[in-house]
Amino acid sequence: MEMTQILIENIRIYVIWKNANAAMLSNYEIFKLLTDLKEQRKDSGKNKHSAGQQNLNTIMYETLKYLSKTPCSRQSPEIVKEFLTTMIPHKLTKAEKLQLLNHRPQTAVEIQLMVEESEERLSEEQIEELIQTIAEILPGDPEQENTAPADAEMDESLTSW
Amino acid sequence: MFVLVEMVDTVRIPPWNFQRRLNEAIAEELNKKLANKVVYNVGLCICLYDITKLEDSYIFPGDGASHTKVHFRYVVFHPFLDEILVGKIKYCSQEGVHVTMGFFDDILIPPESLQQPAKFDEAEQVWLWEYETDEGAHDLYMDQGEEIRFRVTDEVFVDTSPTGPSTAPPAAASVEKKEAPYTLIVRTHFNVICQLKT
Repeated sequence: MEMTQILIENIRIYVIWKNANAAMLSNYEIFKLLTDLKEQRKDSGKNKHSAGQQNLNTIMYETLKYLSKTPCSRQSPEIVKEFLTTMIPHKLTKAEKLQLLNHRPQTAVEIQLMVEESEERLSEEQIEELIQTIAEILPGDPEQENTAPADAEMDESLTSW
Repeated sequence: MFVLVEMVDTVRIPPWNFQRRLNEAIAEELNKKLANKVVYNVGLCICLYDITKLEDSYIFPGDGASHTKVHFRYVVFHPFLDEILVGKIKYCSQEGVHVTMGFFDDILIPPESLQQPAKFDEAEQVWLWEYETDEGAHDLYMDQGEEIRFRVTDEVFVDTSPTGPSTAPPAAASVEKKEAPYTLIVRTHFNVICQLKT
Protein backbone atom coordinates (compact mmCIF):
# COMPACT_ATOMS: atom_id res chain seq x y z
CA MET A 1 0.00 0.00 0.00
CA GLU A 2 2.84 2.42 0.91
CA MET A 3 4.73 1.99 -2.34
CA THR A 4 1.58 2.48 -4.33
CA GLN A 5 0.94 5.73 -2.54
CA ILE A 6 4.43 7.02 -3.28
CA LEU A 7 3.81 6.13 -6.89
CA ILE A 8 0.56 8.03 -6.80
CA GLU A 9 2.17 11.16 -5.45
CA ASN A 10 5.01 11.18 -7.97
CA ILE A 11 3.15 10.32 -11.11
CA ARG A 12 -0.39 11.10 -10.23
CA ILE A 13 -1.36 12.06 -13.76
CA TYR A 14 -0.11 8.86 -15.27
CA VAL A 15 -0.80 6.00 -12.92
CA ILE A 16 -4.22 6.90 -11.57
CA TRP A 17 -5.94 7.70 -14.82
CA LYS A 18 -9.14 9.62 -14.35
CA ASN A 19 -11.89 9.75 -16.84
CA ALA A 20 -15.32 11.21 -16.28
CA ASN A 21 -16.40 8.49 -13.92
CA ALA A 22 -13.46 6.69 -12.41
CA ALA A 23 -9.73 6.28 -12.05
CA MET A 24 -8.23 3.38 -14.01
CA LEU A 25 -5.69 1.16 -12.29
CA SER A 26 -2.94 -0.90 -13.87
CA ASN A 27 -2.85 -4.65 -13.23
CA TYR A 28 0.39 -4.18 -11.29
CA GLU A 29 -1.36 -1.92 -8.74
CA ILE A 30 -4.08 -4.50 -8.14
CA PHE A 31 -1.48 -7.27 -7.92
CA LYS A 32 0.47 -5.31 -5.31
CA LEU A 33 -2.66 -4.39 -3.37
CA LEU A 34 -3.90 -7.98 -3.20
CA THR A 35 -0.48 -9.41 -2.33
CA ASP A 36 -0.11 -6.92 0.52
CA LEU A 37 -3.63 -7.64 1.72
CA LYS A 38 -2.91 -11.36 1.68
CA GLU A 39 0.20 -10.83 3.84
CA GLN A 40 -1.75 -8.66 6.23
CA ARG A 41 -4.50 -11.23 6.61
CA LYS A 42 -2.04 -14.05 7.05
CA ASP A 43 -0.51 -12.24 10.05
CA SER A 44 -3.75 -11.32 11.75
CA GLY A 45 -5.65 -14.38 10.64
CA LYS A 46 -8.05 -16.08 13.00
CA ASN A 47 -11.32 -14.97 11.54
CA LYS A 48 -10.60 -15.07 7.84
CA HIS A 49 -12.36 -18.39 7.46
CA SER A 50 -15.70 -17.15 8.77
CA ALA A 51 -18.63 -17.30 6.38
CA GLY A 52 -18.59 -13.56 5.72
CA GLN A 53 -14.92 -13.54 4.70
CA GLN A 54 -15.29 -16.35 2.18
CA ASN A 55 -16.23 -14.04 -0.68
CA LEU A 56 -13.16 -11.88 -0.16
CA ASN A 57 -10.98 -14.99 0.04
CA THR A 58 -12.40 -16.37 -3.20
CA ILE A 59 -12.05 -13.20 -5.24
CA MET A 60 -8.56 -12.52 -3.90
CA TYR A 61 -7.39 -16.05 -4.69
CA GLU A 62 -8.82 -16.11 -8.21
CA THR A 63 -7.65 -12.61 -9.12
CA LEU A 64 -4.13 -13.27 -7.82
CA LYS A 65 -4.06 -16.56 -9.72
CA TYR A 66 -4.99 -14.75 -12.93
CA LEU A 67 -2.64 -11.80 -12.45
CA SER A 68 0.37 -13.91 -11.45
CA LYS A 69 0.41 -15.31 -15.00
CA THR A 70 0.48 -11.85 -16.59
CA PRO A 71 3.44 -9.46 -17.08
CA CYS A 72 2.29 -7.31 -14.15
CA SER A 73 3.60 -9.88 -11.65
CA ARG A 74 7.16 -8.99 -12.70
CA GLN A 75 6.72 -5.21 -12.52
CA SER A 76 7.61 -2.71 -9.82
CA PRO A 77 6.83 0.99 -9.23
CA GLU A 78 10.23 1.96 -10.72
CA ILE A 79 9.59 -0.09 -13.85
CA VAL A 80 6.14 1.43 -14.30
CA LYS A 81 7.53 4.94 -13.80
CA GLU A 82 10.31 4.33 -16.32
CA PHE A 83 7.85 2.87 -18.81
CA LEU A 84 5.47 5.82 -18.57
CA THR A 85 8.27 8.38 -18.86
CA THR A 86 9.58 6.63 -21.98
CA MET A 87 6.10 6.59 -23.49
CA ILE A 88 5.65 10.36 -23.29
CA PRO A 89 7.07 11.21 -26.75
CA HIS A 90 4.87 8.58 -28.46
CA LYS A 91 1.75 10.55 -27.57
CA LEU A 92 -0.46 7.59 -26.75
CA THR A 93 -3.74 7.85 -24.88
CA LYS A 94 -3.99 6.72 -21.28
CA ALA A 95 -6.01 3.65 -22.23
CA GLU A 96 -3.40 2.64 -24.83
CA LYS A 97 -0.49 3.02 -22.41
CA LEU A 98 -2.44 1.01 -19.84
CA GLN A 99 -2.97 -1.85 -22.28
CA LEU A 100 0.70 -1.87 -23.33
CA LEU A 101 1.70 -1.97 -19.66
CA ASN A 102 -0.70 -4.78 -18.83
CA HIS A 103 -0.08 -6.98 -21.86
CA ARG A 104 3.59 -6.36 -22.79
CA PRO A 105 2.98 -6.96 -26.53
CA GLN A 106 5.84 -8.54 -28.44
CA THR A 107 4.52 -8.35 -31.99
CA ALA A 108 3.43 -5.55 -34.31
CA VAL A 109 0.00 -7.17 -34.63
CA GLU A 110 -0.69 -6.82 -30.91
CA ILE A 111 0.36 -3.18 -30.91
CA GLN A 112 -1.88 -2.45 -33.87
CA LEU A 113 -4.84 -3.86 -31.97
CA MET A 114 -4.15 -1.87 -28.81
CA VAL A 115 -3.32 1.45 -30.43
CA GLU A 116 -6.19 3.03 -32.30
CA GLU A 117 -5.50 4.03 -35.91
CA SER A 118 -1.95 2.80 -35.54
CA GLU A 119 -1.29 2.84 -39.30
CA GLU A 120 -1.84 6.61 -39.33
CA ARG A 121 -0.18 7.49 -36.05
CA LEU A 122 2.82 5.15 -36.04
CA SER A 123 5.19 4.23 -38.85
CA GLU A 124 6.62 0.71 -39.11
CA GLU A 125 9.93 1.84 -37.59
CA GLN A 126 8.08 3.47 -34.71
CA ILE A 127 6.19 0.26 -34.04
CA GLU A 128 9.45 -1.72 -34.08
CA GLU A 129 10.97 0.85 -31.74
CA LEU A 130 7.95 0.50 -29.44
CA ILE A 131 8.33 -3.28 -29.35
CA GLN A 132 12.04 -2.88 -28.49
CA THR A 133 11.34 -0.36 -25.73
CA ILE A 134 8.64 -2.52 -24.21
CA ALA A 135 10.83 -5.63 -24.32
CA GLU A 136 13.67 -3.74 -22.63
CA ILE A 137 11.79 -1.94 -19.89
CA LEU A 138 9.08 -4.41 -18.95
CA PRO A 139 10.40 -7.74 -17.70
CA GLY A 140 9.29 -10.76 -19.65
CA ASP A 141 8.49 -14.33 -18.70
CA PRO A 142 11.82 -16.02 -17.88
CA GLU A 143 10.47 -19.44 -18.96
CA GLN A 144 9.44 -18.13 -22.34
CA GLU A 145 12.77 -16.43 -22.85
CA ASN A 146 14.76 -19.52 -21.91
CA THR A 147 13.21 -21.70 -24.61
CA ALA A 148 14.24 -19.34 -27.44
CA PRO A 149 18.02 -19.47 -26.84
CA ALA A 150 17.76 -23.26 -26.38
CA ASP A 151 16.37 -23.59 -29.91
CA ALA A 152 19.18 -21.38 -31.22
CA GLU A 153 21.73 -23.65 -29.59
CA MET A 154 20.13 -26.65 -31.23
CA ASP A 155 20.33 -25.02 -34.66
CA GLU A 156 24.00 -24.27 -34.19
CA SER A 157 24.82 -27.84 -33.27
CA LEU A 158 23.01 -29.12 -36.37
CA THR A 159 24.86 -26.81 -38.75
CA SER A 160 28.21 -27.72 -37.22
CA TRP A 161 27.67 -31.32 -38.44
CA MET B 1 -9.48 -3.68 -16.56
CA PHE B 2 -9.76 -2.46 -12.97
CA VAL B 3 -11.15 0.89 -11.88
CA LEU B 4 -11.43 2.74 -8.60
CA VAL B 5 -14.97 3.67 -7.70
CA GLU B 6 -15.76 6.20 -5.01
CA MET B 7 -18.64 5.06 -2.85
CA VAL B 8 -20.43 6.14 0.30
CA ASP B 9 -22.15 3.83 2.73
CA THR B 10 -23.26 3.61 6.35
CA VAL B 11 -21.47 0.80 8.14
CA ARG B 12 -22.89 -0.89 11.20
CA ILE B 13 -20.37 -2.09 13.78
CA PRO B 14 -21.91 -4.42 16.41
CA PRO B 15 -20.88 -3.81 20.06
CA TRP B 16 -18.75 -6.95 20.30
CA ASN B 17 -16.39 -5.39 17.73
CA PHE B 18 -15.96 -2.12 19.64
CA GLN B 19 -12.55 -3.15 20.96
CA ARG B 20 -11.18 -3.32 17.41
CA ARG B 21 -9.71 -0.31 15.67
CA LEU B 22 -12.55 1.43 13.88
CA ASN B 23 -10.79 1.47 10.49
CA GLU B 24 -10.16 -2.27 10.57
CA ALA B 25 -13.69 -3.09 11.65
CA ILE B 26 -15.11 -0.89 8.90
CA ALA B 27 -12.76 -2.36 6.26
CA GLU B 28 -13.86 -5.87 7.23
CA GLU B 29 -17.55 -4.95 7.07
CA LEU B 30 -17.18 -3.30 3.67
CA ASN B 31 -15.32 -6.27 2.25
CA LYS B 32 -17.92 -8.62 3.68
CA LYS B 33 -20.62 -6.63 1.96
CA LEU B 34 -19.07 -5.95 -1.44
CA ALA B 35 -16.22 -8.34 -2.29
CA ASN B 36 -16.97 -10.73 -5.18
CA LYS B 37 -20.35 -9.10 -5.75
CA VAL B 38 -21.61 -7.28 -8.81
CA VAL B 39 -22.97 -3.77 -8.26
CA TYR B 40 -25.55 -2.78 -10.86
CA ASN B 41 -24.03 -0.54 -13.57
CA VAL B 42 -20.69 -0.46 -11.77
CA GLY B 43 -19.01 -3.86 -12.12
CA LEU B 44 -17.56 -6.75 -10.13
CA CYS B 45 -16.20 -5.50 -6.80
CA ILE B 46 -12.82 -6.93 -5.86
CA CYS B 47 -11.61 -5.38 -2.60
CA LEU B 48 -11.39 -2.17 -0.61
CA TYR B 49 -8.71 0.27 -1.81
CA ASP B 50 -8.85 2.84 0.98
CA ILE B 51 -11.13 4.83 3.26
CA THR B 52 -11.15 8.52 2.32
CA LYS B 53 -13.44 9.96 4.98
CA LEU B 54 -15.05 8.77 8.19
CA GLU B 55 -17.92 10.75 9.55
CA ASP B 56 -19.08 10.67 13.16
CA SER B 57 -20.37 7.39 14.53
CA TYR B 58 -23.86 7.34 15.99
CA ILE B 59 -25.69 4.94 18.24
CA PHE B 60 -29.44 4.82 17.73
CA PRO B 61 -32.05 4.03 20.34
CA GLY B 62 -32.91 0.35 20.43
CA ASP B 63 -29.74 -0.77 18.65
CA GLY B 64 -26.46 -1.04 20.53
CA ALA B 65 -24.36 -0.99 17.37
CA SER B 66 -22.62 2.09 16.03
CA HIS B 67 -23.47 3.46 12.61
CA THR B 68 -20.78 5.31 10.68
CA LYS B 69 -21.04 6.99 7.31
CA VAL B 70 -17.94 6.06 5.32
CA HIS B 71 -16.55 7.51 2.10
CA PHE B 72 -14.26 4.95 0.49
CA ARG B 73 -12.80 3.77 -2.77
CA TYR B 74 -13.31 0.24 -3.99
CA VAL B 75 -11.42 -1.69 -6.67
CA VAL B 76 -13.91 -2.81 -9.30
CA PHE B 77 -13.44 -5.02 -12.35
CA HIS B 78 -14.95 -3.04 -15.18
CA PRO B 79 -13.10 -3.24 -18.50
CA PHE B 80 -13.59 -0.30 -20.82
CA LEU B 81 -15.08 -0.60 -24.30
CA ASP B 82 -12.59 -1.97 -26.87
CA GLU B 83 -10.17 -3.16 -24.21
CA ILE B 84 -8.11 -6.24 -25.09
CA LEU B 85 -8.22 -8.99 -22.47
CA VAL B 86 -6.92 -12.55 -22.16
CA GLY B 87 -8.97 -15.48 -20.95
CA LYS B 88 -9.46 -19.23 -21.29
CA ILE B 89 -12.22 -20.94 -23.25
CA LYS B 90 -14.64 -22.51 -20.78
CA TYR B 91 -16.98 -24.27 -23.21
CA CYS B 92 -18.81 -23.76 -26.51
CA SER B 93 -22.53 -23.79 -27.11
CA GLN B 94 -25.00 -22.68 -29.76
CA GLU B 95 -24.99 -19.24 -28.14
CA GLY B 96 -21.28 -18.87 -28.85
CA VAL B 97 -17.97 -19.38 -27.08
CA HIS B 98 -17.97 -18.93 -23.31
CA VAL B 99 -14.71 -17.52 -21.95
CA THR B 100 -13.53 -17.31 -18.36
CA MET B 101 -10.86 -15.29 -16.60
CA GLY B 102 -10.89 -17.27 -13.37
CA PHE B 103 -12.33 -14.54 -11.21
CA PHE B 104 -14.95 -13.59 -13.82
CA ASP B 105 -16.86 -16.09 -15.90
CA ASP B 106 -19.67 -14.48 -17.84
CA ILE B 107 -17.85 -13.60 -21.05
CA LEU B 108 -19.51 -14.55 -24.30
CA ILE B 109 -18.35 -14.46 -27.92
CA PRO B 110 -21.53 -14.55 -30.03
CA PRO B 111 -21.21 -16.53 -33.29
CA GLU B 112 -21.35 -13.43 -35.48
CA SER B 113 -18.27 -12.03 -33.73
CA LEU B 114 -16.12 -15.09 -34.40
CA GLN B 115 -13.88 -15.16 -37.46
CA GLN B 116 -16.01 -15.96 -40.44
CA PRO B 117 -16.59 -18.59 -41.68
CA ALA B 118 -17.24 -20.26 -38.32
CA LYS B 119 -19.11 -23.50 -37.81
CA PHE B 120 -20.46 -25.28 -34.74
CA ASP B 121 -19.48 -28.93 -34.56
CA GLU B 122 -22.43 -30.63 -32.85
CA ALA B 123 -20.59 -33.87 -32.19
CA GLU B 124 -17.74 -32.30 -30.27
CA GLN B 125 -19.72 -29.26 -29.07
CA VAL B 126 -17.01 -26.92 -30.26
CA TRP B 127 -16.86 -23.92 -32.55
CA LEU B 128 -14.32 -24.02 -35.32
CA TRP B 129 -12.94 -21.57 -37.81
CA GLU B 130 -12.62 -22.73 -41.39
CA TYR B 131 -9.42 -21.01 -42.42
CA GLU B 132 -8.83 -21.10 -46.15
CA THR B 133 -5.31 -20.95 -47.53
CA ASP B 134 -3.95 -21.83 -50.95
CA GLU B 135 -3.14 -25.32 -49.69
CA GLY B 136 -6.72 -25.98 -48.61
CA ALA B 137 -9.07 -25.41 -45.72
CA HIS B 138 -7.75 -25.74 -42.15
CA ASP B 139 -10.20 -26.18 -39.32
CA LEU B 140 -9.03 -24.27 -36.25
CA TYR B 141 -10.84 -25.61 -33.20
CA MET B 142 -11.68 -23.43 -30.21
CA ASP B 143 -10.89 -26.06 -27.61
CA GLN B 144 -11.66 -25.97 -23.92
CA GLY B 145 -8.86 -24.54 -21.82
CA GLU B 146 -7.22 -22.76 -24.73
CA GLU B 147 -5.98 -19.25 -24.08
CA ILE B 148 -7.82 -16.66 -26.10
CA ARG B 149 -7.46 -12.91 -26.59
CA PHE B 150 -10.60 -10.88 -27.09
CA ARG B 151 -11.83 -7.30 -27.35
CA VAL B 152 -14.76 -6.02 -25.28
CA THR B 153 -17.60 -4.84 -27.50
CA ASP B 154 -20.52 -4.61 -25.09
CA GLU B 155 -21.55 -5.15 -21.49
CA VAL B 156 -24.92 -6.13 -20.08
CA PHE B 157 -26.02 -5.39 -16.55
CA VAL B 158 -29.12 -7.14 -15.23
CA ASP B 159 -30.78 -6.07 -12.02
CA THR B 160 -31.04 -9.30 -10.06
CA SER B 161 -32.42 -7.78 -6.87
CA PRO B 162 -35.32 -9.83 -5.50
CA THR B 163 -38.78 -8.68 -6.51
CA GLY B 164 -41.90 -9.16 -4.45
CA PRO B 165 -44.31 -12.04 -5.02
CA SER B 166 -46.30 -11.57 -8.21
CA THR B 167 -50.08 -11.37 -7.86
CA ALA B 168 -50.75 -13.57 -10.90
CA PRO B 169 -50.64 -17.34 -10.22
CA PRO B 170 -47.52 -19.02 -11.61
CA ALA B 171 -48.18 -20.36 -15.11
CA ALA B 172 -46.33 -23.65 -14.66
CA ALA B 173 -43.56 -25.07 -12.50
CA SER B 174 -40.87 -23.43 -14.60
CA VAL B 175 -37.20 -23.81 -13.77
CA GLU B 176 -35.86 -20.51 -12.48
CA LYS B 177 -33.32 -19.16 -14.96
CA LYS B 178 -30.33 -17.74 -13.16
CA GLU B 179 -29.34 -14.65 -15.05
CA ALA B 180 -25.82 -13.38 -14.73
CA PRO B 181 -25.85 -9.87 -13.24
CA TYR B 182 -22.93 -8.74 -15.41
CA THR B 183 -22.05 -10.17 -18.82
CA LEU B 184 -19.35 -9.09 -21.27
CA ILE B 185 -20.03 -9.47 -24.98
CA VAL B 186 -16.72 -9.68 -26.80
CA ARG B 187 -15.20 -10.38 -30.16
CA THR B 188 -12.04 -11.94 -31.52
CA HIS B 189 -9.75 -10.61 -34.19
CA PHE B 190 -8.47 -12.27 -37.33
CA ASN B 191 -4.74 -11.84 -36.75
CA VAL B 192 -4.68 -12.65 -33.05
CA ILE B 193 -6.53 -15.93 -33.46
CA CYS B 194 -3.75 -17.20 -35.72
CA GLN B 195 -1.89 -17.88 -32.48
CA LEU B 196 -4.36 -20.63 -31.55
CA LYS B 197 -2.93 -24.07 -32.15
CA THR B 198 -4.56 -26.03 -34.95
